[in-house]
Amino acid sequence: MTPSTRRVFLALIALLALVSLSACQREPQPEWRLNDVSGHLPDLDFRLTDDNGKPVTGADFKGKVTVMYFGYTHCPDVCPLTLTQLHVVLDRLGAPAEKVRILFVSVDPARDTPAVMHAYVNAFDKRAVGLVGSDRDVEALAKRYRSAFTREPDRGDGNYEVSHSSAIYIFDGDGKARLLATPSASQDDIVHDLHLLTSMESTP
Amino acid sequence: MMVRTIAAALLLAAGAAHATDTVRASGAWIRVLPGNLPAGGYATFENPGDGKVSITDATSADYGEAMIHRSSTETGMGRMEMVDEVPVPARGEVAFSPGGYHVMLMNPKHPVKPGDTVVVTFTLSDGSTLAVPFLARPANAKGLAD
Repeated sequence: MTPSTRRVFLALIALLALVSLSACQREPQPEWRLNDVSGHLPDLDFRLTDDNGKPVTGADFKGKVTVMYFGYTHCPDVCPLTLTQLHVVLDRLGAPAEKVRILFVSVDPARDTPAVMHAYVNAFDKRAVGLVGSDRDVEALAKRYRSAFTREPDRGDGNYEVSHSSAIYIFDGDGKARLLATPSASQDDIVHDLHLLTSMESTP
Repeated sequence: MMVRTIAAALLLAAGAAHATDTVRASGAWIRVLPGNLPAGGYATFENPGDGKVSITDATSADYGEAMIHRSSTETGMGRMEMVDEVPVPARGEVAFSPGGYHVMLMNPKHPVKPGDTVVVTFTLSDGSTLAVPFLARPANAKGLAD
């Protein structure tokens, strides 16, 4: 072997090793259309009360792909728009939507009781779960995902608005944060990525 | 002659105060949420005239309170702000649509169900009013018709 053929040979070996390495990966790297946040945001973890009044934690959603959104029921425009979009997305997803849950976390603990949340989320989608908690618990959860919310001043009649982050957080069946979407994300892209996520096996 | 001119001017002014044909509304619907939660109302307002007209107020006999709001999700924050007026450009239109301008209807005086019609009366900057029938749609409706 001349030194130059030897170099080519070694390069080929290295290339083969790379190819076989990637072939050994558990799954090919999916081509996400939404923002991939794997490894950049913490796993799904919370202690809250669901819209049936039952205490729930992040672990209770193991095996489900979860789509988490912060909002409040006295929000007549942006929250219904986002929840309607997610409802349309899940309908388009078809059967795999059974593996998906929408988690609607209230940033208005003073007004949003489990009963109010139950009626609200079910008016949008049967796969939606309303989550409520104390100010402290909800603040902790929002902080964990670098989300923010602010209660605006009372309008004088006891009514007030709550400004809140509009991001949509998507976790896989193992509770790992995978994707981040905005309310203006295209439904096609969300359907596409939820198809990929629901077809991935969660670890038993 | 002078008196007649004044009378004519008064008549014109009186006419303007009641005219409801300066601005037209179409595609009006509201999103009904459960219980006593506020509803958002949407419509397209068209101004066929040559002068700019603004929508300055809203009231409804079916709700305790009506306010004109604008939502935004700029900088990743969803928020709502009250607006004093919504301009309807001359020979143009403005849309009240989800995620933008909407009329927020609070404290329903009676239960409003999908399929019902509620009337919202808008006040315009030229002093006229515009009564618009809105079709009540379910919470997860995409628009006037899905």
